[in-house]
Amino acid sequence: MEIGLNHYLVLSTILFSIGLVGVMRRKNLLMLFFATEILLNSVNIAFAAISHYYGDLTGQMFAFFVIAIAASEVAVGLGLLIVWHKRYNNIDLDYLNTMKG
Amino acid sequence: MFEAIAFYLFAFLTIAMFYITVTTSQALYALTALAAGMIFISAFFFILGADFLGAVQIVVYSGAVMALYSFGMMFFDTTREVKEKQGNKYIVVGLATVAAVLVVLIFSAPILSDNIIALYPIGEAGNTQEVGVVLFTKYLVPFEVAAIMLLVAMISGIVLAGKKMDASLTLMTEKEIQDMRKEKKSKKALL
Repeated sequence: MEIGLNHYLVLSTILFSIGLVGVMRRKNLLMLFFATEILLNSVNIAFAAISHYYGDLTGQMFAFFVIAIAASEVAVGLGLLIVWHKRYNNIDLDYLNTMKG
Repeated sequence: MFEAIAFYLFAFLTIAMFYITVTTSQALYALTALAAGMIFISAFFFILGADFLGAVQIVVYSGAVMALYSFGMMFFDTTREVKEKQGNKYIVVGLATVAAVLVVLIFSAPILSDNIIALYPIGEAGNTQEVGVVLFTKYLVPFEVAAIMLLVAMISGIVLAGKKMDASLTLMTEKEIQDMRKEKKSKKALL
């Protein structure tokens, strides 16, 4: 049985929906970050698969930039999360409503 | 044949690991499952012939990002059970499925149209060499911008997470440093 591009796209979709469910049902901000990583990784799989089946390197380039963005997002996000946790002593989304009008 | 076996094995493992990450109530289980899932994803990159991308995935994700998360978790109370949002389950699942189908349509639209010509064909040289050539010719400016972005992220991480980073010892006079030290000593009782 030959593994085609559709197999990879379906796998990427399944992982993406797992990440989306995680983003929607998590209340803890750290868990929300984990779900975001899952989303970015599923897109990376799709990029690499399209790059392979088209014989084009551009998909891999985009995957590299996605990885770079994910790394910097983690650094800034965790820094902000630590500051928030120092001040309010929790990282739940429900308490993050200081901008509520 | 072997490709199919490897694909299905790693697909099952990745989905299982990410499912654990999304559903578990223990933060440490989620972290470990996520790290395992990242390693399994790099297997797909090796199957697809993107060797350099697979190596970068292992080094950056399972190395740097996971280490950052585990350092960050030292600041939080991770032994406590994670509370969940009590929303309508069907709405969440339905929205996620609709969004995922949309993503498939977005990705498959150019494939169905079948009009794309490979701009940078994968040649005979090794994957790493090809990636290097494309990265340092066509994508040189985005590469440099990404480097500056990582630098900014690193500095902001240090400033946000570090203590007393708003004060610079080299720019302060001797008296101010002495005052700061005294203040720190009196604060230690509170900490």
